[in-house]
Amino acid sequence: MSSITLQNITKGFGEKTALNDLSLTIQDQEFFVLLGPTGAGKTTTLRVIAGLEKQDSGDVLFDGNSMAGAVPAERDVAFVFQQYSLYPNMSVFDNLAFPLRSPLRKLPKGEIEHRVKSAAEKLRITHLLERKTAKLSGGEMQRVSIGRAIVREPRVYLMDEPLSNLDAKLRESLRIELVHLQKTQGSTTVFVTHDQIEALTMAQRIAVLDEGHILQVGTPHEIYDAPATTFVATLVGTPRINLVQASRQDGRVFVKDSSVRLPPPTGIDIPNDFLLGVRPEDVRPTSNGEFTGKIVLTEPLGVETIVHIRSGENNLTSLVPGITPISVGDEVRFDIVRERLHYFQPNGKRIMAAAAYSK
Amino acid sequence: MATIELINVEKKFGTSYAVKPMNMTIHSGEFVVLLGPSGCGKTTTLRMISGLEAVTDGQILFDGKDVTWLHPSDRDIAFVFQFFALYSHMTARENIAFPLQAQGESRDNIRQRVEDVAKMLRIEHLLTARPGGLSGGDQQRVALARALVRRPAAFLMDEPLGALDAEFRESMRAEIKRLHIEQNATTVYVTHDQIEAMAMGDRVVVMSAAVVQQNGTPAEVYHDPSNLFVARFIGSPGMNLIKGHYVEGKITLPGDNRYVVPADWQTAIHEAIGHEGDIILGFRPEAAHLSETGPIATNVYTSDLHGSYTMLHLELNRDTLVNVRAGRGTSYPIGTPTRFDLDPTMVRFFDPTTEAAIRKGGNQ
Repeated sequence: MSSITLQNITKGFGEKTALNDLSLTIQDQEFFVLLGPTGAGKTTTLRVIAGLEKQDSGDVLFDGNSMAGAVPAERDVAFVFQQYSLYPNMSVFDNLAFPLRSPLRKLPKGEIEHRVKSAAEKLRITHLLERKTAKLSGGEMQRVSIGRAIVREPRVYLMDEPLSNLDAKLRESLRIELVHLQKTQGSTTVFVTHDQIEALTMAQRIAVLDEGHILQVGTPHEIYDAPATTFVATLVGTPRINLVQASRQDGRVFVKDSSVRLPPPTGIDIPNDFLLGVRPEDVRPTSNGEFTGKIVLTEPLGVETIVHIRSGENNLTSLVPGITPISVGDEVRFDIVRERLHYFQPNGKRIMAAAAYSK
Repeated sequence: MATIELINVEKKFGTSYAVKPMNMTIHSGEFVVLLGPSGCGKTTTLRMISGLEAVTDGQILFDGKDVTWLHPSDRDIAFVFQFFALYSHMTARENIAFPLQAQGESRDNIRQRVEDVAKMLRIEHLLTARPGGLSGGDQQRVALARALVRRPAAFLMDEPLGALDAEFRESMRAEIKRLHIEQNATTVYVTHDQIEAMAMGDRVVVMSAAVVQQNGTPAEVYHDPSNLFVARFIGSPGMNLIKGHYVEGKITLPGDNRYVVPADWQTAIHEAIGHEGDIILGFRPEAAHLSETGPIATNVYTSDLHGSYTMLHLELNRDTLVNVRAGRGTSYPIGTPTRFDLDPTMVRFFDPTTEAAIRKGGNQ
């Protein structure tokens, strides 16, 4: 397994800049997720790492060694795509063994069999080994595709939305398997997705991309708890974070067009006008809450309920446990968890604590 | 607004059932969701209500009046599809006004109603645009406005949000439901997305294999699923379902675990499966809490952060994984031995032979 370093990578397609001076380091044995909307540059980044796409400038290093001039085969990466391309008339066993039977590898038969069986065991597809792949379900086919990457024992796994074609329940179970596998094998994995749940649940670290730029790199906790911009804040978390216009007057924070008044934050300087971010789970209806509002909608999801509270001219989304007895039209009182508020400049940049500036 | 009744309605294509005989009443003003995987019969049911599909047998009543063989256009319904078709040469305003013009409404009346519905859907600023200049989401809003402007006896919606991206789907979901609360129109809504069904429905009708599996409120289908299918289908992830063997008040579970059944369940279990037999223990991820003295011993298989909480995936043995919801601060390395206990009010039991839920006070 390898670490991967991208140094000032720029890549354009004609007039369009796909990657703009992108730098990042993926640690050896890390599960690293590239998260962003369509067109952010995630797949291009992956293809540049693989050598399938050549950058206009900048360098790709594996374990500190430049990959300039190394063709994809020499980089020894394994790609898993959204569309699984298996040989339909071959058995699962033969599909898994295929990359190992390449004349370039010259692996003994016993070794091939050992690797195939061990990959099948890890992916829980041992019972399918004799089956033709055309007869498999989508989830099973994707397991075989992943297995075909594993048997090669590559330096790096590159995965491009491998779960996107599966239905919700299958996606969930394969997600769990992939994380378990990556952690127990300690493989370096770069995983591309536009799905924030996938990113939060799978990654050790996430890079959030938009329009060829990295907006933030951090652990799931860092991305969720301290989003660098309003774009990141709204991209991650469901239901979405509440973002409201606020201002500072007479030493207090006023949320525009509502009854919400808060003491100013300590340790950070906020401008007179700014954006306040509040995660839905930090808006808490409670009988002795400080603020008042009226319920305009409830959405029971089972484990929790999304409650839409109208406060002044603002709608605040609140997430409460269980199926709540609160119903539409109720006047409610609620609190806001102060320690978990997010402050953003009007241009969307997070306002950092004074201490963080000096770092 | 109409009450819709289905009496022994069934649909066959050749010899196979698309919908087995079903009975259902959708009350005036109610928002009912037909939920199930593809091929379960939900869309066929909706199309029979609309008249686009003829019933093979049975009766459909609108406010007590038999409409079984009425033409769709005579049923006074508005249909919203996943793939909307707007007239590209007309502005949004003209598109929305079109059904009212077809009904011969007065000009002033049309203008007023178009503006009312545009305001509700927050598309007033788009009224002069043509569909080609609108985003997919805005086009769907215009299509929705065109359906809503009519004030029909019932709205029938077939996955209207299915083609939208996740973020927009969430906000449209809330808007459609708020509109429903304001207008109180009888609505039948088809989806395969259980989150959408739970969030929107006054009632959720879960279908599978041409049969209604359960018809209940979101709380009922979530907490008291009628069978294993509903237990798995509702919830994200679904209910944990563990096979075990019951003997006189105790269940032996995989990994050599023993679970003592709450006393108030024992009578029901004895009536359903006797004093000894195979059983399935069901519980939601939030019904379990980690506890060093908990009766069920597991190892951490993996854990993941979902933003506001952590989901632990715990292994009873190699073949049995359960999902347990824990606090955000929780972080357990793979392989950590972990015990948990269950909230006695939130455990459920199923008969593995019939797959039906065991109910206190007998099966209804």
